[in-house]
Amino acid sequence: MANGARDKEGPEHRPADEAALSARLRRLGNRLGSVRPGRPAEPPSGAGPTADPSAIARGFRLSTELVAGVIVGAMFGWLLDRWLGISPWGLIVFLLLGFAAGVVNVMRAAGVAPGPGRTGNGVNKD
Amino acid sequence: MADPIHQFKINKIATIANVGGHEIAFTNSSLYMLIAAGVVTALMVGATARRSLVPGRLQSVAELSYEFVADTLKSSAGSEGMKFFPLVFTLFMFILTVNMIGLIPGTFTVTSHIIVTAALALLVFFTVIGYGVYRNGFKFLKLFVPSGIPIYILPLIVFIEVLSFLSRPISHSVRLFANMLAGHITLKVFASFVTMLGGLGFVGWLGAILPLGLTVSLTALEMLVAFLQAYVFTILTCIYLNDAIHPGH
Repeated sequence: MANGARDKEGPEHRPADEAALSARLRRLGNRLGSVRPGRPAEPPSGAGPTADPSAIARGFRLSTELVAGVIVGAMFGWLLDRWLGISPWGLIVFLLLGFAAGVVNVMRAAGVAPGPGRTGNGVNKD
Repeated sequence: MADPIHQFKINKIATIANVGGHEIAFTNSSLYMLIAAGVVTALMVGATARRSLVPGRLQSVAELSYEFVADTLKSSAGSEGMKFFPLVFTLFMFILTVNMIGLIPGTFTVTSHIIVTAALALLVFFTVIGYGVYRNGFKFLKLFVPSGIPIYILPLIVFIEVLSFLSRPISHSVRLFANMLAGHITLKVFASFVTMLGGLGFVGWLGAILPLGLTVSLTALEMLVAFLQAYVFTILTCIYLNDAIHPGH
């Protein structure tokens, strides 16, 4: 019914519009198809230390890993500042290093980077 | 409104001793730790008292938990990791029992205090360092020096690796603590909605059905979380122990 009403409204320019739209959709579909296989939709389960069975636990684990790295870096820098009297520099440098360590932690927890001391193909297994 | 934080309050039950001006008190936290240890011990002793080839109900529980922890440990730390089975099994059973006891209304949740989880995480941390150095000597430091890294960025990488290593006990302990704390606060808040709405009369009682249902389903979710966090704590312990046993490769 709704289709019929629209047909009466603009019968002359509708087919051209629809053809253009379907062509664009096809192009988009092709492009998506060429992009999708390139990136893995999900990290393979069982690769690396990712054994958390639920998504909430997994997400929470990743966020704590990042925060823990930053906190340790900040603590280290602050203590270094107090001991050596180099006031802002220790905190600045170690906060950045701590952030990097946090990112490394997250990558390891997600199983996309090898464990410490390993340079293998990302599979943390002996 | 009931105070949702009140359930985490530590109460002194008795004073054990005074050491150097510090009071060593027996608190409700200690009491529940003792109860948990007692429950685990009773379960294990009771399960193995009458050993039969076809296990009974209690014996199945004990055997299942043994198999579960042993499989977890073997799959992440190798068969050499079985050396640490007593530690890992104790950690798992203790945390699981403490979490489950905390779900009973009116009880105290030991793992909702970060000092407890931090102590457990630091125990694992120092075990890893101690055993790693004892077994591998200086080679344990290879943990911080990935091979195949260009020499000019090596100092940076070593710093990052050391910080990453030091951040382990923090994420290890905060995860368990925060999950327990958040879960119990949520439960308390929803449960207090029930009594608040109930004070409004008949319409309030009708409205209270929704938070009551939510509280019930949240309790089920919390049971899952209690088990899951015990498991996550255990598997991270295994992964860290694996680093102590096989640093670098």
